[in-house]
Amino acid sequence: MTAPVFGAVLARDLRLAARRRVDALLPLAFFAVAVSLFPLGVGPEPNTLRQIAPGVLWVCALLAAMLSVTQLYANDQVDGSLEQMMLAGGAGTTSALPVAIAKALSHWLLTGLPLVLIAPLFGVMFDLSGRSIAALCASLALGTPILSLLGNLGAALTLGVRNGGVLLILLIVPLCIPALIFGSGAVSAVESGASARGHFSLLGALFIATGLLAPLATAAALRIATE
Amino acid sequence: MTDTTAVILAAHALACRRGERILFHGLNLDVRPGQIVWVRGANGQGKTSLLRLLAGLARPAAGRIETLAGRERVYIGHANALKDDLTVAESLMFLSRLHGFDTAADVHDGALRRFGLHSRRDAPVRTLSQGQRRRVALARLCAAPPTALWLLDEPFDALDAQGMTALNELLAEHAARGGSVLLTSHVPLTLTVPAPITLQLHEASAA
Repeated sequence: MTAPVFGAVLARDLRLAARRRVDALLPLAFFAVAVSLFPLGVGPEPNTLRQIAPGVLWVCALLAAMLSVTQLYANDQVDGSLEQMMLAGGAGTTSALPVAIAKALSHWLLTGLPLVLIAPLFGVMFDLSGRSIAALCASLALGTPILSLLGNLGAALTLGVRNGGVLLILLIVPLCIPALIFGSGAVSAVESGASARGHFSLLGALFIATGLLAPLATAAALRIATE
Repeated sequence: MTDTTAVILAAHALACRRGERILFHGLNLDVRPGQIVWVRGANGQGKTSLLRLLAGLARPAAGRIETLAGRERVYIGHANALKDDLTVAESLMFLSRLHGFDTAADVHDGALRRFGLHSRRDAPVRTLSQGQRRRVALARLCAAPPTALWLLDEPFDALDAQGMTALNELLAEHAARGGSVLLTSHVPLTLTVPAPITLQLHEASAA
């Protein structure tokens, strides 16, 4: 009986986010502010902006995702909700895996998906072509789930650790580097007129590998954290 | 007298370690239908740890735990597992859905009424007192399967006289229909039917 656990946790997280709209919008606001600073700092030269756009947008998306993931399990652990979620399967802590998947999905729906949706706006700000903006959205659509899955793992690993937020960034950001390279690489390739197929294939492969392995590792980390 | 042949939870030679310290070892216990077991012991002697072992949250350092298949275990710890931003009714619904309990509206209404919270059902948990929060957490027991094993860590904590009466009635009712309870409490149990069985945790000797 894992279906009720997954659905219940996901529905609750989305409802809690709806009750705290300002908190839910923070990562998006961070992304918008951070991205907007670059044209101001680097200068309004369109060629330079076009060149740095893929990297800037991707780095800011990565940081926005990491920023919002630190509290993913912390509150649930403090108020005892996490224990209850872990026990929901009936025998022992069998429901750790559906909990981990539900949390990663809710994080993506609340930060990854909005980032994908507002990215075109910032693509225009950096004077990217239509095809490059399409590539940006596609790479973020494939890449942000990787960030959510890895961030989820980091949040579970650093549960109950003091200054867990900093440790999480140190642990997880290195793991996100391949996604960053191939994600921004795909946009750069399209911008310079080359094919981005290789980049997208690798990004897709990364997504599949992370999707298979990260929830298992997260579930194991959650079991250790609640013991 | 209910059927006492089936042991629904048995622990053999259980030991629990917290860091370097052994909290208890060689602990044997069995819980049968209709029994209420009162775990006693001084602070820091492992009452909460024992309940967490039996709930399946932690693994024992030694020994084994056997449970009868098909018997649900309902664990309510020190923390109430409530979210400030959800309403009373939503919190109860979430916990019931999570555990696959009865989600019928009349069951939940009845549970809240029992604990005197029906008029607050749409109030956010944030606005409740500690005692009221404890009542919401305990109201979940009414939606659990009738013969489940309840593992309650200090359930009387923060409850007023009225809340204690409601919980005592619930415990007696649960035992009468063949359910079992294992609980810790620092206040003496006033329950007389069924008489609680006392399990005293002693300080683990170094040997």
